[in-house]
Amino acid sequence: MADQIQQLQEQVLQARQNGNKLNIVGGGSKAFMGREPSADADTLSLAGHTGIVEYHPVELVLTVRAGTPLKDIEEALAAEGQCLHFEPPRFTESSTIGGTLACNLSGPARPWTGSVRDQVLGIRLLNGKGEHLRFGGQVMKNVAGYDVSRLQAGAMGTLGVITEISLKVMPKPAASVTLVQDMAMGEVIDYMNRRAGEPKPITGACWVDGKVYLRLSGARSAVEATADKWSGDVLDEGDRFWQQIRDMQHGFFSDAEAPLWRFSVGSTAPAADLPGPWLMEWVGGQRWYRGDASLADMEKLARSAGGQVSLFRGGDRQGEVMQSPPEALKTIQRGVKNSFDPDGLFNPGRLYSWL
Amino acid sequence: MTTTSHATKSGLTKTELAEQFRAFIDPEFVITDDETLKPYECDGLAMYREMPMLVVLPETVQQVQRVMRICHEQGVPVVARGAGTGLCAGAMPHKEGVVLSLAKFNRILEIDPLARTARLQPGVRNLAISEEAAHFGLYYGPDPSSQIACTIGGNVAENSGGVHCLKYGLTVHNLLSVEIVTAEGDRVTVGSDGLDSCGMDLLALLTGSEGLLGVVTEVKVKLLPKPEVAQVIMAGFDSVEKAGDAVGGVIAHGIIPGGLEMMDGHAIIAADDFCQAGYPRDAKALLLCEVDGTEEEVHEHIAEAEAVFRKLGATSIRTSSSEAERALLWKGRKSAFPAVGRISPDYYCMDGTIPRRHLAKVLLEMESMSERFGLRVANVFHAGDGNLHPLILFDANVPGEFESAEAFGSAILSLCVEVGGCITGEHGVGVEKIRQMAVQFNDEELQQFHDVKAAFDPTGILNPGKGVPTLRFCQEYRSIEHKQHNHEQAGASHG
Repeated sequence: MADQIQQLQEQVLQARQNGNKLNIVGGGSKAFMGREPSADADTLSLAGHTGIVEYHPVELVLTVRAGTPLKDIEEALAAEGQCLHFEPPRFTESSTIGGTLACNLSGPARPWTGSVRDQVLGIRLLNGKGEHLRFGGQVMKNVAGYDVSRLQAGAMGTLGVITEISLKVMPKPAASVTLVQDMAMGEVIDYMNRRAGEPKPITGACWVDGKVYLRLSGARSAVEATADKWSGDVLDEGDRFWQQIRDMQHGFFSDAEAPLWRFSVGSTAPAADLPGPWLMEWVGGQRWYRGDASLADMEKLARSAGGQVSLFRGGDRQGEVMQSPPEALKTIQRGVKNSFDPDGLFNPGRLYSWL
Repeated sequence: MTTTSHATKSGLTKTELAEQFRAFIDPEFVITDDETLKPYECDGLAMYREMPMLVVLPETVQQVQRVMRICHEQGVPVVARGAGTGLCAGAMPHKEGVVLSLAKFNRILEIDPLARTARLQPGVRNLAISEEAAHFGLYYGPDPSSQIACTIGGNVAENSGGVHCLKYGLTVHNLLSVEIVTAEGDRVTVGSDGLDSCGMDLLALLTGSEGLLGVVTEVKVKLLPKPEVAQVIMAGFDSVEKAGDAVGGVIAHGIIPGGLEMMDGHAIIAADDFCQAGYPRDAKALLLCEVDGTEEEVHEHIAEAEAVFRKLGATSIRTSSSEAERALLWKGRKSAFPAVGRISPDYYCMDGTIPRRHLAKVLLEMESMSERFGLRVANVFHAGDGNLHPLILFDANVPGEFESAEAFGSAILSLCVEVGGCITGEHGVGVEKIRQMAVQFNDEELQQFHDVKAAFDPTGILNPGKGVPTLRFCQEYRSIEHKQHNHEQAGASHG
C-alpha cells in the first residue's frame, strides 16, 4: 500500500523536460498485447502505486490506486460478499486494475454485466504535461464534463498515466450452475442467441471443442429452476471452466506458436470459414481464432461480421495489430492524443504505429 | 419574414445563408421568420431563452453533412436539437447560429430480435423503441422520465438515465455504435456491432458530450429481454435516515433492485393528493423498491427485501400483488413533478448526485437552506444510484424569486460536490450548470476538456458556450462564490 503519485509525477515532468519517452508498466502481465513497446523509451512503473483508497460496500463503490493487483481487490471485495462482476482476466497474479482498464479487458459475463469500461465511475490521470487531473467521481451517475474516464478504456496508456480508478462493484451471485452439451459450430450461434433472448439469469455463453457451455447465476431458486428447464448436463467444477476461459488457461489458448486473433463482432454473424480452431464466447460476440493470416484479410472478415479484429497475441507485433480506423477517425484520435500528451510521451506506437 | 442585421463571421447575411440551405433542403424546412422560429427558443428549461438566427430540418444525412460544411466554412454556430425536452438549456439556440433539428429522422431502421439490437434514426422517441421491441419480448433499458417525448439522439447527447439505472445502466451502457457527422461534415461510425472496439473509447467520450463533439445521425442500441415478473414494495419510514439505511440494507443484502426510489414528506403528500396512490401521508420518507426477474427470483428477493425494511424500522409496508397495483404505486412517483407543479406556480428541478451515505446530512442541510432562501423544496430521489432531484418551489411572477431559486439550486450543487458527489447526474450541464463546473473541476481539468473538444471541432462551431466554461469565467465565478461563502460564514457565526 503506497501512494507514489509524487514520484510518478516527477518522472513524467522529468521525461518531458529531457525529451524522453515513457513505457507505462503495471504488473507486466499484458506485455504481449499491443505493438512492441518502444525500445528507446524509459519505463514508468505503476507496480508500487497500490492500495485501496476508499471502499464503501453499501455504496457499491471502490476507489483504488491503479497499480493494485486484481487479486488483492477481489480478496477485499469477497470479504464483503462482493465482486468485480465484469470478471477481469488475470493472465498472471500480478495483473493490475490499471492495466485492465487501459486494455479494456473483461471476462465471460461481459454481455450481461458490462465491461470494465462500463463499471468505471471516475479516474485520476497524469497527462503529458504532468498535471494530475480528476475526472468523473465516485457516484453512479455523473454527466459533468466529457467522459474522459471511459475514454481510457482500450487507449493502452497512450493518453496518460491512470493513477486511480473508482469502480462500481456488485454483490457476488448467490448461486451458479453451468450446463454443457455437444453442439456443432453451425448451430451454436443461433442457439446461444436464442438463450440470451430469454429473461433468465444467464451470465455466460461459450462454445469450444464442439461443446456449448451456458452459465446461470443469481438467486438460487431462479438458477435451479432455469437449469431444470434448459437442456444440457450440469458441469462439475463449472467455476473452474469459466476461470480458465477468463484467464486464457483453457487448452484452446495453450498453443503459443500460432497467432491469436480476437474478433469483436455481431453476436449473430455467421461463422467464418477458416482452417484453424475457433473459440466463441459472449454469445458469439467475441470469437478467438488461432492461425496464420494477414491483418488485412482478417479485417475484411471482421467488417463483414459488423465488427473489428485485433491480433491479440503472437504474430508480427511490429506491424499494426489493431483494425485500422477510417481516415476521419484517425485524425480525431491523433487530435485527442495530442490534447492529452502533446509531446507524445506515453507508450509511443503501442496502440497504432501512427499514434 | 424578417430581414435582419444578422450576419455570419465571414459576412454572409441571414438571407444569404438561408438561400444556401434552400439549395438542397426543402425550402419549407429552412425557417427564418420569427413566428416559426419562436418554438425553438428554449428546451425543457424554459427560463433560458434565445432566438436562433435560423432553423433547418434536413431529411437526409447528406443534407446534414452539407449544413455542417457550410457552417464550418462560414464559422456559424450549430446547435443540434432532438425533441427539446432537455433540462439544462443544452439545446438553447445561439443567436448568431443555426438550430439543426433532427426531427425528420424519426424512423426505426431495423430491429434484430435474435441479436437483440435496434438501429435507429436519432429522432426516434425513447419509448417508441421499447414499444416496437415489445413485439419480440424485448425492451430498451434507459427510461428517462421524459421518455414519451425525448429522442434517442438527445439521450446519447445527454447520457440519459432513468429509474432503472442501478441495474440496467445509463445510455452509455446500452449503445453499440453511433454514426456522427463531424464539425467538418465527415460522416463516421464510432463503435460497431461487437461489444468492444479497438483503441480509445470514443463512443463513451461522445456519449453525454451535449452536442459539442458531433451531430448524431444514427444509433444502434442493445435490447434486453423483458423480465418475466416485476413487483414493487412501498415502504414508509418516520425519518429520512432510516429510509437511507434501508436502501443500503437491501443492497448490502445482495439485492440489486430494478428501481429504488425515495420521496420526502413534501413529495409524498403532493403526489398522494395528485393521484391518490395510497401513500402513507404521515411518513417522512417513502421508498419504492421494484424487483424484477424470473418468478422464482422475484419471489425470493421480495421476501428478503420486506424483511430488511421491517428490521430497519419501516412504519408501513405494502407490496404490489397485481400489475394494476404496481402501476398505481408507481404513478405517484412518476407524477411527482406535475404534482409538485400543482402546489406551486413554478418549480425548478435540480439534479445533483451524492454518495448515499451522506443523504441525511444533505437533506437536513437543504431544509436549513430552504429557510435561508425562503423557498420550499420537495425531494424525489433515485435512491439506488444517489441521484437527487430537489424541486425548488417558487413563483416567477414575484420579482427576485427565480433568482433566489437559482441561488438556492447553486448552493445545493455546491453541497453535492462538497460531500463527494457531482453537479449533474443525468440532466447535463448545458448553459444552466456551466457556472458550477468551476466548483467540480479545476482550471487544468477544464482546459483538458477544451483541448479534447478542439480535436473534434477545431473552430468551435458545435454548441458553443455550453458544457464547459471558459477559464476566465470560472475565475470570476469562484471569486464571487468565495466572497459570498465568507460572507455567509460570518453571518452564521453572528447569528
